[in-house]
Amino acid sequence: MATPETTTAYETTGARASGEPMIRFEEVLKKFGDLTVLENLDFDVAPGERVTLIGPSGSGKTTILRLLMTLETLTGGHIWVDGEPLWHMPKGDKLVPANEKYLRQVRKKIGMVFQQFNLFPNMTVLENVTEAPIRVLGKSRDEANEKGKELLERVGLEAKYEAHPSQLSGGQQQRVAIARALAMEPRVLLLDEVTAALDPELVAGVLNLLREIAETTDITMLIVTHEMHFARDVSHKVMMFDHGQVVEHGPPDKIFTDPDHDRTKAFLHAVIEER
Amino acid sequence: MTVFQTWDMDFALEHLPELLDAFVQFTLVATVLGSILAAVLGLLFAIIRRVRVPVLAPVVTVIVEFVRSTPIPIQLFFVFYGFPTIPGIGFNISAMTAGVLVLGVHYACYYAEVYRAGIESVPKGQWEACTALSIAPRYQWQRVVLPQAIRNVLPSLGNYVISMFKETPFLYVIGVTEMVTVAVTQIGGDAFRYTEVVTLAGLIFLAASYPAAVAMRKLEMRLGHA
Ligand SMILES: Nc1ncnc2c1ncn2[C@@H]1O[C@H](COP(=O)(O)OP(=O)(O)OP(=O)(O)O)[C@@H](O)[C@H]1O
Ligand SMILES: [Mg+2]
Repeated sequence: MATPETTTAYETTGARASGEPMIRFEEVLKKFGDLTVLENLDFDVAPGERVTLIGPSGSGKTTILRLLMTLETLTGGHIWVDGEPLWHMPKGDKLVPANEKYLRQVRKKIGMVFQQFNLFPNMTVLENVTEAPIRVLGKSRDEANEKGKELLERVGLEAKYEAHPSQLSGGQQQRVAIARALAMEPRVLLLDEVTAALDPELVAGVLNLLREIAETTDITMLIVTHEMHFARDVSHKVMMFDHGQVVEHGPPDKIFTDPDHDRTKAFLHAVIEER
Repeated sequence: MTVFQTWDMDFALEHLPELLDAFVQFTLVATVLGSILAAVLGLLFAIIRRVRVPVLAPVVTVIVEFVRSTPIPIQLFFVFYGFPTIPGIGFNISAMTAGVLVLGVHYACYYAEVYRAGIESVPKGQWEACTALSIAPRYQWQRVVLPQAIRNVLPSLGNYVISMFKETPFLYVIGVTEMVTVAVTQIGGDAFRYTEVVTLAGLIFLAASYPAAVAMRKLEMRLGHA
């Protein structure tokens, strides 16, 4: 698998000639009430880079993805997406808190696939995939249907256009959810334990689909998963989190076989025991 | 009035058409129009409260509290006799209009609660999926949340239609000649015979509301198992 031109996470400016990182966390602070979940968190993700976040339960992996998807509000610091501040908007030469309209604009670049699929049960499979392109991107129904069918075919659901989500297996529902996210042509795709709710025999199919997408697109991906083989196959970089901090990061071969930190070793050991 | 008279079948049959006529013209029409008003207004109330629209949300709260703590006949009196006398804004309205308005607003307050429960029954993940797809609030409501919310509470909404239906005789207090008024004051009062017409009126109510109630229970079971 191709390595992107940069895997340098911490340098403050993008190493690419073209400049900016796709995602930048800058002194990010996130609290839930009195509970500080992320503190002083800095990292960059380059365009096209696929990064897997690993770490013990409660270390803040989901929170990072949800902040990017604007499903949680930022307590402090800055998050940049493709050079634009996500939670702040420029006003004059200052940054002020973003309003809803600005947020919607910036997050169009980001798509997310959820553990629980969250398909719309009142719509058919095809409608699930075409709803946002029609309402948000302003595509015509014909155009959206054509693209939608193409995507559903790609995820192996060409026979199910008119089915409702409740008539599908978990694996099929998750494929629809992946097609639905891709239909918005995001620059960044967030995947939060997307196979965790699936019956074991359905996991491999979904992971293979994601492998295929990783190989054939240049979408930047942030992946949270306990499927270590998959993480190793698709990611350029693995970041180990604990207590809202990056413990270490590096190429998967390094992190999975020869990590520097004891906490990473202990975590990987525990995950492997579990399986 | 002697209630327990011998049953006069001819008298009953003779007046059945008048009763049915009043039933269709006033009882049914008031129920249908009142329910439509309640359904639309109730939805507006529910959304205004959920989104916490400034100014409007407290106004809705006041309306709901007022309506729920006063009886329908008082509200009918107030709207039909009181409203036209308000300087500046009052004007005369027909008794039927006043009746539909009062029933509609009254039930809108109950519908709002039902819708609220329905909206809360839509999983958080549905809203989050909308956010992740950048779907604007308008379409989140229109295309995702309300279709699911309303489906979940359809039986409760239906039961309120039935209960409004059974409260239409209150329109009597502002002179709407709905079926019970016709039975008691017009036919019964003229002939000094009440048994047949009042029984018939009761049976007509029963014939309409019982199947509807059964249908709602069936719907509830179907949705529950869906
Ligand atoms: N809405 C919330 N309100 C309060 N606390 C929260 C909320 N969401 C998350 N937390 C807390 O934030 C911390 C980080 O949670 P997060 O879900 O990001 O962890 P995670 O790394 O994804 O864990 P897991 O591997 O179990 O999914 C946890 O302590 C969690 O209890
Ligand atoms: Mg998580």
